[in-house]
Amino acid sequence: MDLKLPDIDYAALAPILVLFGASLVGVLVEAFIPRKRRHLTQLVLGLLALTGALVAVVLNAQDRVVTAGGAVAVDGPTLFLQGAIVVLAGMALMLIGERSVQRGGAFVAHAAVTVGSPEDQRQAADEGGATEVYPLTLFAVSGMLLFVAANDLLTMFIALEAFSLPLYLLCALARRRRLLSQESALKYFLLGSYASAFFLFGMALVYGFTVGAGGTGSGGGVDFGTIRTAVTDSAASEVLLFAGLALLSIGLLFKIAAAPFHVWTPDVYQGAPTPITGFMAACTKVAAFGGLLRVLHVAFSGASWDFTPVLGAIAVLTMLVGAILAVTQTDIKRLLAYSSVANAGYLLVGALVLSKDGLSSTMFYLVAYGFTVLAAFGVVTLVRDADGEATHLSRWAGLGRRSPLYAGLFTFLLLAFAGIPLTSGFTSKFAVFGAALDAGQSWLVIAGVLTSMILAFPYLRVVVMMWLSEPGESTPTVSLPGGLTAAALMIGVVATLVLGVAPAPLLDLANGAAEFVR
Amino acid sequence: MEHSVEYAHATGLLGSVWLLVAIPLVSAAILLLLGRRADRWGHWLGVASVGAIFVLGLSYFFSLRGLENRSVELSLWDFIAVGDLHVDFGLLFDPLAAVFVLLITGVGFLIHLYAVGYMSHDAGRRKFFGFFNLFVAAMLLLVLGNNYVMLYVGWEGVGLASYLLISFWQDRPSAATAGKKAFLMNRVGDAGLAIAIFIMFATLGSTQFADVFNGAGALQSGTVLAIGLLLLLGAAGKSGQFPLQAWLPDAMEGPTPVSALIHAATMVTAGVYLIARSNPIFSLDPTLQTVVVSVGALTLLMGCIIGAAKDDIKRVLAWSTVSQIGYMFLGVGLGGGAYALAIIHLLAHGFFKANMFLGAGSVMHGMQDQVDIRRFGGLAKYMKITWITFGLGWLAIIGMWPFSGFFTKEPIIVEAFARGDWTAWLYGGAALLGAGLTAFYMTRLFVLTFHGPKRWTEDIAHPHESPLIMTVPLILLGLGSVVAGGLMATPVASWLTPVLGHGEHHEPVLSHTVITVLSLGLTVLGAGLAWLLFRNGTALVEQPAGPVVRAARRNLYTDAFNEAVFEKPGIFLTRALVFLDNRGIDGLVNALAAAVGGGSGRLRRLQTGFVRSYAMSILTGAVLVVAAFLAVQLGWLA
Repeated sequence: MDLKLPDIDYAALAPILVLFGASLVGVLVEAFIPRKRRHLTQLVLGLLALTGALVAVVLNAQDRVVTAGGAVAVDGPTLFLQGAIVVLAGMALMLIGERSVQRGGAFVAHAAVTVGSPEDQRQAADEGGATEVYPLTLFAVSGMLLFVAANDLLTMFIALEAFSLPLYLLCALARRRRLLSQESALKYFLLGSYASAFFLFGMALVYGFTVGAGGTGSGGGVDFGTIRTAVTDSAASEVLLFAGLALLSIGLLFKIAAAPFHVWTPDVYQGAPTPITGFMAACTKVAAFGGLLRVLHVAFSGASWDFTPVLGAIAVLTMLVGAILAVTQTDIKRLLAYSSVANAGYLLVGALVLSKDGLSSTMFYLVAYGFTVLAAFGVVTLVRDADGEATHLSRWAGLGRRSPLYAGLFTFLLLAFAGIPLTSGFTSKFAVFGAALDAGQSWLVIAGVLTSMILAFPYLRVVVMMWLSEPGESTPTVSLPGGLTAAALMIGVVATLVLGVAPAPLLDLANGAAEFVR
Repeated sequence: MEHSVEYAHATGLLGSVWLLVAIPLVSAAILLLLGRRADRWGHWLGVASVGAIFVLGLSYFFSLRGLENRSVELSLWDFIAVGDLHVDFGLLFDPLAAVFVLLITGVGFLIHLYAVGYMSHDAGRRKFFGFFNLFVAAMLLLVLGNNYVMLYVGWEGVGLASYLLISFWQDRPSAATAGKKAFLMNRVGDAGLAIAIFIMFATLGSTQFADVFNGAGALQSGTVLAIGLLLLLGAAGKSGQFPLQAWLPDAMEGPTPVSALIHAATMVTAGVYLIARSNPIFSLDPTLQTVVVSVGALTLLMGCIIGAAKDDIKRVLAWSTVSQIGYMFLGVGLGGGAYALAIIHLLAHGFFKANMFLGAGSVMHGMQDQVDIRRFGGLAKYMKITWITFGLGWLAIIGMWPFSGFFTKEPIIVEAFARGDWTAWLYGGAALLGAGLTAFYMTRLFVLTFHGPKRWTEDIAHPHESPLIMTVPLILLGLGSVVAGGLMATPVASWLTPVLGHGEHHEPVLSHTVITVLSLGLTVLGAGLAWLLFRNGTALVEQPAGPVVRAARRNLYTDAFNEAVFEKPGIFLTRALVFLDNRGIDGLVNALAAAVGGGSGRLRRLQTGFVRSYAMSILTGAVLVVAAFLAVQLGWLA
């Protein structure tokens, strides 16, 4: 059999390769470095690897290539989103690496120990957290980088699994409330596999469609170029195409947490260790939308008239569900989870606009939201009492009195979520809605604005609670953050402010990057 | 359009005109931000900054004189650029702006100097100078802006400074109330100005002076009238003209230097500046000019009548300010050559009114802050300098020859008689009558304060003359009151011609000489009458009086009118709206909120925590999505 190896542009793949390499080194560190020194080694290794990946992304800035036999496309959106993922992952890694807020960090030392056993109590008391989280995080990040670059459905699927599996594990590693954490991991795993099955089945149907479209003998394919040609030119039965596209989108919509595929989100966000929740809310969202954007813009743009109404309805439903359910939440992490669902709806509005504007505004939104949400979860890690984080909202009453600085920062972040001007939340919503209006999708914008109004209520409720309620006996104090959390928090808040006041540079960057290679 | 407006670019020395605004602004920032650390030297910084810009202003003035085209523009940066709206942060230095700069910085410097002495015992002196510098910066921005938005920024800036300074002694309820009153009544006028600017942008697409003046001729007459009336509303608010005059007398609650600088010499003349600056608009529509003239004539008479019945030295002066600005409005309303006359009167008024206010401050300084003229008397002996300088101001304001008021007020009266139709008699008569009344009430003030028997309160033994730092500005301003009018009348008029233009000139209905004789005669009559009535002092408490005096004491019932026509219905409207808001709008909003909350509570129950129900939900969703895709697709085919 004549097997020809495809050409591989290693430079273009460098960001992914650096991170894969670093994760493997991380595994070796686990094996060979003494336990005491692992934490620091892993943290430095992780940050170095992310820096290296960022440098590689910057060096590749002008690349517009399809490589690895058509499996990977390195183009403007890829590089922009890879850069975004790497930067946000860096922030998340700082939160993950924080050990001064809580003894031993946010992660359990031995995840396999039975919850509540004497051994568990001992490890909760004095053992440093598992350092496996670092290689796992790096694996997830490299999977995400591949996911946004994937140029065929198979590669995309591999990347999806590559970043999902570490996430399932990471969710189970909380030091406190371990049962909740393990439950969330299991739920995430089960439902994630379930959604993956939809994705796979969709891929099979689309393959079937391309085979039919190409006529007998020419064979089909799952790379986006082939699908694109088939969608535009084919006279074959489109039932296969649309059933396939529907199932594919379900796989992706699950990851971006669009209704009604969002059901896992609140439980998982609540149960997972907070740094991991932040990581998922920021990076997973970027990656999942990156994949969705490429699928819609590159492979199926010829069918946009057919999928826009359906996906638009999903966007509206997502915004509504996120906004309405956020109203009655009593746990800050669940509140942020529903807010993340609603934001997925807003992002979907942008993703459905198949123009340059739609693409660039969605990418801008992803970055802006990522910074804000990571900073918000950063604050959540700080508000704690003897039992760990105090996430019940009633415990946040009067926080403004106890610690005006962090309550002030959190208020600012909530205002950004609510889309108040001078924050990135305003500019990004403005960009996305503007693009949607230009594309004639005013119904999506109307739904977006109405749900933003609803959504402002839960945010402002927290603000009112923090500032206007008397601090009760049970109001926890805010721990002084260690340097890492403080840095992450600072980056997030400053980015939220800067992108709100002077968004032009990043918007220009997104605009310059907003073209897929096809 | 008679002539198109063009501005040259500022070069050379004039390129640094922005320093005029920047220096006092920086000084204000230093004074207000450094806090107590600047207490010891802060007031000198305040004085020095204004002194510096006075010198700068003079040098700019002389370099402007050397130019061919005496209107130079300096565009600093793009202030606002949104859609079609482009507003420069730009300055315009032309003859009109130049005389205002000299007035503001010159008189401002003297008053700053005076305030060092006047405020020496006040703990808040540094803050006072910070606000004072802020005012100067804003006022200069107002007269230097090269477009209406810049003017508006300065306009709001002086409004803010005025508010802060009126309520400077904010622990006195009366001062706090007066500050609020001034602020609120100014908002009415400011809203008019803002809407005028919006209309300019909507119809002309620009707010630059050059574009507006060149384009105004092509506008529909209704639009011009609307812009003009709204500008007039703004001007009336800032300048205390009918119907927005009520705040100005109350503004005397502020420290006396504030009354002198802001509420006599400079800020309250901003309305006159606005109309003079907008002369290409006002000249387009005779109706508009008639309205301006009417406002001026009405206000000048009102001011005189009310001023004659007041017993508070600063309030009498305040009403005389209202009345004198009425003359200026009369002048700018007459149009043509009278624009320049109004500006000249404004300059002369700046000197003699500042002089008299500072004199009043000096009297109060010596009399333990007594303001009631019924409790003065015989002060001429004790406060010689104050007496003489105040006397010069008094002679100037009543228009006695050869003091400055004569040279500046009398031409306005002549112009009023030259309107060319029957209204000449109306407005000319009003102006003439005003001159007589002015002589009456100002003489009353002068005599009751400085002459006649002593009617002091018991705690005063020896009133003392004020220190040198207060009397030197008095002397300089006193000199100004004597010579300013005569010196300025002719050269300033020709200096201003490039900005304000020539108008057609009618012959007055009475001969020039007759008018002069009449006005001097009325002045002497009024002054003599007052002298006779009040040379022996007056009762110490308010006496019963006839209907005219009662009305004048109550500000001609304008406050009662405001209360009945605006305040009561306003309060009623507010209550009605609150009711509507509570019952109607809030009800609707609350119902919606309840619906959302209820929906949320119900939907929450779907989030059971069981993976099986989550999977079910995903499956249902998947079936629906696939079905929807296919439905769209089949519908498309069918």
